[in-house]
Amino acid sequence: MSTTTTRGVAEATVAETSKSRPRRGLRSNATLNFWLFTGPFLIGLVIFVFVPIGWSIWLSFFDARYTVTPSHFIGFDNYKQILTNSNFPDSLLTFTVFAAFIVPTTWALSLGLALLVNQLRFMRAFFRSVFFLPTAVSYVAAALIWKMSIFSGVRFGLMNTVLGWFGVDNIAYLANPSPPWYWLVIVSLRLWIQAGFYMILFLAALQNIPAELYEAAEIDGAKRGWQTFRYITLPQLRATSTAVVLLLLVAAYQAFDEFFNIIGTKATWAQTPLMELYKAALGTSQDYGAGSAGAVILSLLICIVTLAQGRIMGFGRGEESK
Amino acid sequence: MTSTAPQLGKNRRKKRGSVLGNTGLYLAVGIAALLFLIPFYLILRNALSTDPEITGENWKLLPSFQWGNISELFDDQTVQFGRALWNSTVVAVLMTVGTLLVCSLAGYGLARIPYKHSNKVFYVVLATLMVPTAVTFVPSFVLVSSLGWVDTYRGLIIPGLFSGFTCFLFRQYFLGFPKELEEAARVDGLGYWGAYWRIVVPNSLNFFAAIATITFISGWNAFLWPLVIGQDPNSWTVQIALSSFMTNQTVNFHLIFMATAVSILPLVFVFLFLQRWLVQGIAQTGIKG
Repeated sequence: MSTTTTRGVAEATVAETSKSRPRRGLRSNATLNFWLFTGPFLIGLVIFVFVPIGWSIWLSFFDARYTVTPSHFIGFDNYKQILTNSNFPDSLLTFTVFAAFIVPTTWALSLGLALLVNQLRFMRAFFRSVFFLPTAVSYVAAALIWKMSIFSGVRFGLMNTVLGWFGVDNIAYLANPSPPWYWLVIVSLRLWIQAGFYMILFLAALQNIPAELYEAAEIDGAKRGWQTFRYITLPQLRATSTAVVLLLLVAAYQAFDEFFNIIGTKATWAQTPLMELYKAALGTSQDYGAGSAGAVILSLLICIVTLAQGRIMGFGRGEESK
Repeated sequence: MTSTAPQLGKNRRKKRGSVLGNTGLYLAVGIAALLFLIPFYLILRNALSTDPEITGENWKLLPSFQWGNISELFDDQTVQFGRALWNSTVVAVLMTVGTLLVCSLAGYGLARIPYKHSNKVFYVVLATLMVPTAVTFVPSFVLVSSLGWVDTYRGLIIPGLFSGFTCFLFRQYFLGFPKELEEAARVDGLGYWGAYWRIVVPNSLNFFAAIATITFISGWNAFLWPLVIGQDPNSWTVQIALSSFMTNQTVNFHLIFMATAVSILPLVFVFLFLQRWLVQGIAQTGIKG
């Protein structure tokens, strides 16, 4: 393990430089320093991460309406309530639909952009910046542009203006759930913000593919284009692809900002899990018990995804090789 | 189009295919770039237009450049946008400084200071990566409100400082930091603390810049937590203010878009300026396959 070797080297170095001091003092010096460096972070981590998690697990078993220090233990009733009576299961379904749209499209778009940019010889930095720039824009600002300018349901929206040139009538993208035009709005927004970030990851991975592979393929008679892409580029990108897909999946679970601002919490459609939690805990009912129970369920789901990610990517294996 | 073949073998075919291939390539990239720039164009066009121009029947390609919209936005007392801008600046700057300080120290301690149980401590940090902070906003709000930190800078900033992920990134980075440099410092009689500040930090500025940029952007763009914590309009950040404009029918179009432009502009500059480090940082730390 890495830490073992680090420790060995560090102790050896210190021991060499100051042989007069006893060994025990050295170790406690390192111990003291370890806590000096990590202490502030660990204290904060306990207070602001572990305490809330523990508190919320505790709250999820109590009748905690309008209170965060409840006394009435109700077992699994909060879980039952949020899984049967409320819209929380619907929101999990919404997330699944959303993820089914957004994960493959972002993957394909960011890979496509990376492949294009990677081939450029002039102005590569310029185009990379253009695609990367939306990463700096907040979901709120983007939601505002999408809702009030591009997909505005009235005549002056950009999309309706363009459609109008071809004689198509105005479309009210966000006014009602059928047909579900709002997915076009939501997915295109997230694509615009996310694609550039994942393009950077793919670009880095593309540049790590050894050139010899392509040369060898050419000698073997592989046609440049689809064949080299299918049999060299894509397999070489497998690790990055897996990581990108799982990062996208976890990000989709946590969608909130653009749904909150474009769809709103009053609508009956396209409510994400976090929006349901927001309404349960901070809406008019102030039911911290049910909200906490939902948070526990969602956390468990994300844990499963993350652990699967660890399995597939061999999380921690990289450390030993260092 | 999709081939990523290196330059080497290309020379022979260059004469025949390159002019046509390059035109197609640049055409495709150019169209994609235009599509990506449309939202930026819309913000600027609408921000510098009058309301009738924005809502007019015919599409106006260029605005009439109403620079007065800027002062109108900041003079408008009902909107209080200056206040929101200030709040966002304070939050993003302090968050960046605090996160860098706390997480880099911890990452260095975990990577480089020999301690019997440092692995166990590391697993405690890793465990927090399993639960994303966005999901725990209900319990975090419960905690922060019982501390009486609702509507305060403390409440907006402090709970976000202790990022297990950032600490993890710093640890991975310091594991790869050349040991020889620190050993030289140790020979010169510097302790861990001295070596860290005089040798390690000055030689890691690229990495610090990358993490700082990412933290600043996410602090500036955060929405859910400021929404939960900021109940009084005086404690609103820019994002909350923008969000309230969307539901609030009393604010004019040109002011809404000017506010959006003002909220994005500083970030775009930071972003373009620090992009090199950012790209390096993401490529280095984002994922290692």
